Amino acid sequence: MIQINLNLFATLAKYRPENAESYEIVEGKTVEVLITDLKVPREQVKLIFINGKRENGSYQLKSGDRVGIFPPVGGG
Amino acid sequence: MAGDKFSDRYNRNFNTLSPEEQKRLGESKVLVLGLGGLGGGVCEMLARVGVGKLTLVDGDTFETSNLNRQLLSQEHLIGRPKAVAAKDRIAAVNSEVTVTCIEKTLNESNLYESIKNQHIVVDCLDSISTRFKLQDAARQASIPIVSGAIAGVTGQVTTIFPEDKGYELIYGKNGREQSNGVETRTGNIAYCALFVAAIQSSECIKVILNRGDILRNKLLIAELWTNTFEVMDLA
Repeated sequence: MIQINLNLFATLAKYRPENAESYEIVEGKTVEVLITDLKVPREQVKLIFINGKRENGSYQLKSGDRVGIFPPVGGG
Repeated sequence: MAGDKFSDRYNRNFNTLSPEEQKRLGESKVLVLGLGGLGGGVCEMLARVGVGKLTLVDGDTFETSNLNRQLLSQEHLIGRPKAVAAKDRIAAVNSEVTVTCIEKTLNESNLYESIKNQHIVVDCLDSISTRFKLQDAARQASIPIVSGAIAGVTGQVTTIFPEDKGYELIYGKNGREQSNGVETRTGNIAYCALFVAAIQSSECIKVILNRGDILRNKLLIAELWTNTFEVMDLA
């Protein structure tokens, strides 16, 4: 198992698990599977950031990764 | 170099800005598209800092639900056009600014004509699909966009140059068909709107002056419940 730092923004914050700052997962799990495991509706995910860089759902997570999951924001 | 009135008005801008930079701002033409929570803050800040020519665009009239966050809204202005309120406000704050107000909603047919003579467009829209149409027009006109968006206490800002992928990197290719984001569920809070408006104003000034670090191919994300402020790489 590895630990990642997980952050879910705006309306997705309600899916944030306990210990999100040091969340344990199996090494190599993709972000897509992580999103499913967290029961986050996939259509509500617009942006995935890993260590401050935009990535897609096929990214395989590594120990210490900072993961940000962001919904569409469009208000003015 | 302008006279004493210029020096007095902008005295507290110096020496964060040089007199030459102040003069350049005075010669700059910025269009603010959308005069709600973001646009109301942006046009006020750009006028105070000294951007000389502002075109302010919004086809809406004020509603009671605007009062929680939109600086330009006042109880006695409910039902009145936002663009006119913006023009009156800027005239009261800085009468040296030349203001053109456009009381209509821009779309594919008139976006390019409206923005083509501007130096920058500040995107304060509340529709994702319209943001894509703006980007098409700005690309055609070869002008940059400073874009902000909010939902609740979450905000984002980016700066898009004509050759950049821009909104596609943020909303995906299917964003063109998406009218709204999660703000329809969260509403929008005044201090988040004005925070994002402040960052947009800062980006706008930096682009005009070609100074500082610009959020090009980057997205500044702010989440105020958790004091999260991060600049993400988009490209």
